Amino acid sequence: MKTTNDSGGDVRLTGIGKTYGSFTAVHPLDLTVPQGSFFALLGASGCGKTTTLRMIAGLEEPTTGTVHLGDQDVTRLPPYKRPVNTVFQSYALFPHLDIFENVAFGLRRRGIKSVKKQVEDMLELVQLGEQARKKPHQLSGGQQQRVAVARALINHPKVLLLDEPLGALDLKLRRQMQLELKRIQTEVGITFVHVTHDQEEAMTMADTVAVMNAGRVEQLGAPADLYENPRSTFVANFLGTSNLIQAEVDTRSGDDIVLRAGGGKLVLPAARCTAPTAAGGKVLVGVRPEKIALTHADDAGSIPEGRNRITGTIADASFIGVSTQYVVDSAVCPELAVYAQNVERDGRLVPGAEVVLHWSPAHTFGLDADQDIDAGVGSVEEEAA
Amino acid sequence: MPVVTWLKRRLVVIAGLITLGYLLLPNVVVTVFSFNKPKGRFNYEWQQFSTDAWQDPCGVSGLCGSLSISLQIALWATIGATALGSMIAFALVRYRFRARGAVNSMIFLPMAMPEVVMAASLLTLFLNLGARLGFWTILIAHIMFCLSFVVVAVKARVMSMDPRLEEAARDLYAGPLQTFLRVTLPIAAPGIAAGALLAFALSFDDFIITNFNAGSTVTFPMFVWGSAQRGTPVQINVIGTAMFLVAVLLVLTAMVISNRRTKRKA
Amino acid sequence: MSTLTEAPPPLTPAAPAKKPPRRRGRWTPYWLLLPGLLWLVVFFALPMIYQASTSVQTGSLEQGYKVTWHFATYWNALGDYWPQALRSVLYAAAATVLCLLLGYPLAYLIAFRAGRWRNLIMILVIAPFFTSFLIRTLAWKTILADGGPVVGALNTLHVLDVTDWLGWTAGDRVLATPLAVVCGLTYNFLPFMILPLYTSLERIDGRLHEAAGDLYAKPSTTFRKVTFPLSMPGVVSGTLLTFIPASGDYVNAELLGSTDTRMIGNVIQTQFLRVLDYPTAAALSFILMAAILLMVTFYIRRSGTEDLV
Repeated sequence: MKTTNDSGGDVRLTGIGKTYGSFTAVHPLDLTVPQGSFFALLGASGCGKTTTLRMIAGLEEPTTGTVHLGDQDVTRLPPYKRPVNTVFQSYALFPHLDIFENVAFGLRRRGIKSVKKQVEDMLELVQLGEQARKKPHQLSGGQQQRVAVARALINHPKVLLLDEPLGALDLKLRRQMQLELKRIQTEVGITFVHVTHDQEEAMTMADTVAVMNAGRVEQLGAPADLYENPRSTFVANFLGTSNLIQAEVDTRSGDDIVLRAGGGKLVLPAARCTAPTAAGGKVLVGVRPEKIALTHADDAGSIPEGRNRITGTIADASFIGVSTQYVVDSAVCPELAVYAQNVERDGRLVPGAEVVLHWSPAHTFGLDADQDIDAGVGSVEEEAA
Repeated sequence: MPVVTWLKRRLVVIAGLITLGYLLLPNVVVTVFSFNKPKGRFNYEWQQFSTDAWQDPCGVSGLCGSLSISLQIALWATIGATALGSMIAFALVRYRFRARGAVNSMIFLPMAMPEVVMAASLLTLFLNLGARLGFWTILIAHIMFCLSFVVVAVKARVMSMDPRLEEAARDLYAGPLQTFLRVTLPIAAPGIAAGALLAFALSFDDFIITNFNAGSTVTFPMFVWGSAQRGTPVQINVIGTAMFLVAVLLVLTAMVISNRRTKRKA
Repeated sequence: MSTLTEAPPPLTPAAPAKKPPRRRGRWTPYWLLLPGLLWLVVFFALPMIYQASTSVQTGSLEQGYKVTWHFATYWNALGDYWPQALRSVLYAAAATVLCLLLGYPLAYLIAFRAGRWRNLIMILVIAPFFTSFLIRTLAWKTILADGGPVVGALNTLHVLDVTDWLGWTAGDRVLATPLAVVCGLTYNFLPFMILPLYTSLERIDGRLHEAAGDLYAKPSTTFRKVTFPLSMPGVVSGTLLTFIPASGDYVNAELLGSTDTRMIGNVIQTQFLRVLDYPTAAALSFILMAAILLMVTFYIRRSGTEDLV
């Protein structure tokens, strides 16, 4: 698992950590971002993701560890000597310079005389050729964001760092800019390291996501992998929604573990369980809301054999167009979330109805029950507010 | 009844305008009396219209000399106080260091001290050191009391400046010096200009501290003071009116230009 | 293509780096502060010490002065000049109150009601600074001249009878009376009240007035419960910026007053520049400074230095 060839643009963090007095912002961590990848650091505010980014940029000095770009140790280099550029949160465009001079700033500082052609080409790439002589405050948020990207990219950095680059934009523009940034990244082939608190943004754009919590990397992997196989309650709750049900290990049969939850039994593939599985041990059983099917109790007989099932009562149903979101109270676990596609709606599924929730054991995952079951729930809402 | 309601609605506006009138009344008098042709040495009573003084503003011996000294001192005091004060302001906003509270009090105290106290104590120092009073002692004193006001003006501007702008400059290959010259200084410029303008006005108009530490050097305010005892020439009013008009015109021009610029760009 | 090494769980804290990272520019703030602070120490703080020492010296101009810890100078100075000291406090306090009463409506007008006239009014408040304040103070001699229109009007309205009875004016004269001095002080320091008031009023969100009105507050109640409390920082720094210079001023008392309206500043000036009794002048100046510092400290307790600096 080592990239030795063409590692000029790899970012290698070795044991890098940051403490302020007695507060540890980032616990020593190792991380390698391969050249050309789109890497996202995802976490709630204060989790250490921005500090990590700033240590790569050189704006923050690490307390421990080293930063390598390819084979070069840049740990002690000031930011203006690093081949790394940053797109700042709220852009930090120079208010006293026009768009052209903002974009030309880095080139001029490196003593490049003829910048006109390069700057114009770059402004074309971000579709701002017309605005070259305007001041930043005369541009819309989305345009300012593109100037910030152009200002950084024109220097052909080995790595482009993006600190919550879309945080100030409204939802629709954010979606548009996500695709735009992805397009630019594919076009220029530069390594992007992107810090965000928005899990959808991270999953849409990045090929690899590192979920950070309290100064540590909780889990790292491709977006789909993180979503399907969360390894902690924080990841399970922070990326999308998870139903977590407390259960006890009953027996082991082949590759599956059989668990007791309330009166019923649930089956979980052993490979998808990160908790110890000795008989009698506690396990949190997880399942995503869209994986669950909802059947009225009268039709319980029609449910195929071999599926996990739980009975309950619908407490609330909200129709949101493509799907209907149900909240189901069950003896096993209160407030289970179920997302049902609006293909054929069963008119009997209204609040108060007795229902059976059922899903394939293959969609079940198991987590260590010693964790906070609600970790990562509140932080999503806080950020949204 | 409607009259009463009308008055009640506009009570604040009327009271404010009365205050404005109170503030401007002396300037009106100064301007009107710059066209007076007084009998005797004092220009306190209206006699007859004349433009003599406007045609010969330097006609009183020592008047324009004192004006020139005042302008020179104000210029150098502005440069000195603005340079020293801006440095302090940057240090206070951009860096964490020990003895911050002590530095803040040191800046605050000169503003919380009656001028006569500073004037008397500074004279005590100069007398003890055997310094010769004159241009240099005035300049030293002016830089001293203008300094704090510059710090306040520049600090306000630098505080409202996003520190990420400087980080962005460093990220874009600008070393510490380049960052300061290309980003920090241009953005802080309006605050520095405000501080400089304030320093110039304070220094040019200072009387009390100057009076104690001037020796035989005569600044414009000291000339006016002296003439209040000996006889006030009309030329004093001419200079005062001209300074007022120049200030108003300069500010209005600056405002019109900046208005046009924003309109053209938008 | 994504080859990633995951962070190992940090079971033990990483070994501390051999050398603490070099802090860039650790000395920069001190270099920035040095020249300006040095200036203030040498030409502001040091003189205060010299003055303190002078106030306890005895001797004469011819034979020179020696520190004899002669604290009696303080008692003698207070004994001789307490009327002037008291007058300074009274005149400065009266001027401060008048400045607040006159300045508040104008600051309010600029902040909320001036609309497109705002900049013009601001210029008109500041521009008089450029006409020397001495010239403007002399203009009051003309305005308040005996038999002039202002005095005539006050006489007709019998205002002067009342002020005469109160001891503020003498006969049908306004010049050379306490009223003239207070009027001059108020005029001179009014902009120092208006500007901080305006700064703190301008920060108030206009929607707060609407919210208060929406919540059944009459305009007068809105002012008492919302606007005025929020403008307190401006009131505090405005009163300080008015009271402090007014209490040490001697120009207005000299130009518009008489020997009966002399203030502590006049005494200090005379003792220092004419009588050349340095110990007495230094002692008086020290008393004034101490009184002001006590007052400022009391105020700062309530508002915090950062607001004022």
